[in-house]
Amino acid sequence: MSRLITRRRFLIGSTLTASALGLSGCDLLVENPTMQQALRMAEGLTMRTQRLLIGDKTLAREFSVADISPTFRANGTSMPDGAEYQTLLSQKFSQWNLEVGGLVERPTKLSLAAIKAMPSRTQITRHDCVEGWSAIGQWTGVPLAAVLDKVGLKPEARYIVFHCADEYEKSLDGSGWYYESIDLVDAYHPQTILAHSMNGHDLEVPHGAPLRLRVERQLGYKQAKYLMRIEAVGDLAGLYGGNGGFWEDRGYEWYAGI
Amino acid sequence: MDASAQPAATRTLIRRHSLTIRLSHWLNVLCMTVLLFSGLQIFNAHPSLYWGQYGADEDLSFIAMQAVEDGDTVKGVTRIGSLSFDTTGVLGVSAVDGEQTARGFPAWATLPSYQDLATGRRWHFFFAWLFVINGLIYMAYGFVARHFRRDLLPTKNELTPSHLGHEIADHARLRFPKGEQARHYNALQKLTYLLVIFVLLPLMIATGLTMSPGFNAFAPWLLDVFGGRQSARTLHFITAFSLVAFVIVHVAMVLASGVFNNMRSMITGRYAIHVQPQGEPKP
Repeated sequence: MSRLITRRRFLIGSTLTASALGLSGCDLLVENPTMQQALRMAEGLTMRTQRLLIGDKTLAREFSVADISPTFRANGTSMPDGAEYQTLLSQKFSQWNLEVGGLVERPTKLSLAAIKAMPSRTQITRHDCVEGWSAIGQWTGVPLAAVLDKVGLKPEARYIVFHCADEYEKSLDGSGWYYESIDLVDAYHPQTILAHSMNGHDLEVPHGAPLRLRVERQLGYKQAKYLMRIEAVGDLAGLYGGNGGFWEDRGYEWYAGI
Repeated sequence: MDASAQPAATRTLIRRHSLTIRLSHWLNVLCMTVLLFSGLQIFNAHPSLYWGQYGADEDLSFIAMQAVEDGDTVKGVTRIGSLSFDTTGVLGVSAVDGEQTARGFPAWATLPSYQDLATGRRWHFFFAWLFVINGLIYMAYGFVARHFRRDLLPTKNELTPSHLGHEIADHARLRFPKGEQARHYNALQKLTYLLVIFVLLPLMIATGLTMSPGFNAFAPWLLDVFGGRQSARTLHFITAFSLVAFVIVHVAMVLASGVFNNMRSMITGRYAIHVQPQGEPKP
């Protein structure tokens, strides 16, 4: 253990700026890979415990119209700046399609009109940011289960991945595109919807127009905005950083139920 | 504290804390330390507190730590209700590598010292699990081994106003029980420990779980008990600082009433008392 810390101290000392030399003992422990690995055990324990307690179909609390936040804070990207998105936006998303593919029997493309024509669910739920704040809003959209039933999942599909139109972190290798993933328990949960409306209006750009995910028993970063493509996969290792989401690749928990 | 100071008394080592109590106590010290400093890291991601079901930037907060521009400099302002305090250097704005930086609590109070919410959460939840498991074992032991009933439940006599008044006056003068009386906790100790064990620590866990959207689906009634997720977050914060206050007084009392004897009793289990041989009432 002490050898590890010593080596770590050397690595940090030699690679980081002078300011990092002032790192306290706590910070050295924080950056110890063995320690990081050990701490990650808590995530699995939390997920298994919560899943056991909650049950797969139990709903998140739904609120009344009177509970809706006067201002719903928009977070993350508020305007995707890619040319493709800008064109789609200028056409009011008439040419936008949601691609549904991967491990499915019948890959398909759904226009916004087709999605709005599907049976919808409306729910007033609380959005909890990982930072600590909350906002309540009303969401209308098609249950993800209905979309998945339409395309037919192959038996080896384990996760549903959501690819987004916003590059949240500019990078040369394209690792900064926003994406998210959920497993089939959450994918088939009745409140998991692809929302096209918020508080009774079409989704606004800061909130993810034209379509965003709502997965109500998890934190805000799971609620991917600006959906372009849905992909069913067997595992998450091959995607971007391999942790199943933009924030997950940056250290946050994949299971964001707490 | 020294046996030679009371030549007439016989020094006896009594068995004060069982191994289970000692282990759970020190594990708790570790957990609560990490939970506090990683908790302040998490708080710093959004250093405002609200009351009710929701709360974000546009909503009315009742505690907020902010960086406010003041000419060429930045001031740290802490607001509680309608009262604002300049807390530059500690809350709202503090130095990071010599540079004044906007952050709720300063670098020395957060784990890690630099802004890193993801890491703060990893530490917080790992040690929250350890804290809960440790607490459950302690609770089970406390009831089964009759630790609560024997050591912490005050007797009827101890709860009379005159007795409590007497103890408060003694504590204020740092006059601690000696001899046979030091064999057991005094009433103020018992009441304080009961408050911490059965109210404050469970409240930390309950308000923490009320912030979990997953746990909300399992126990939505907790939202009603605490008045919403944001109220629960506020209560989590207030209860945490109540525990900080307890720890400060607890450590001060340990120091004032014989640090060596107290530390030995929580490490080895043995606590020295001085029994006066003459005039000692026999039970």
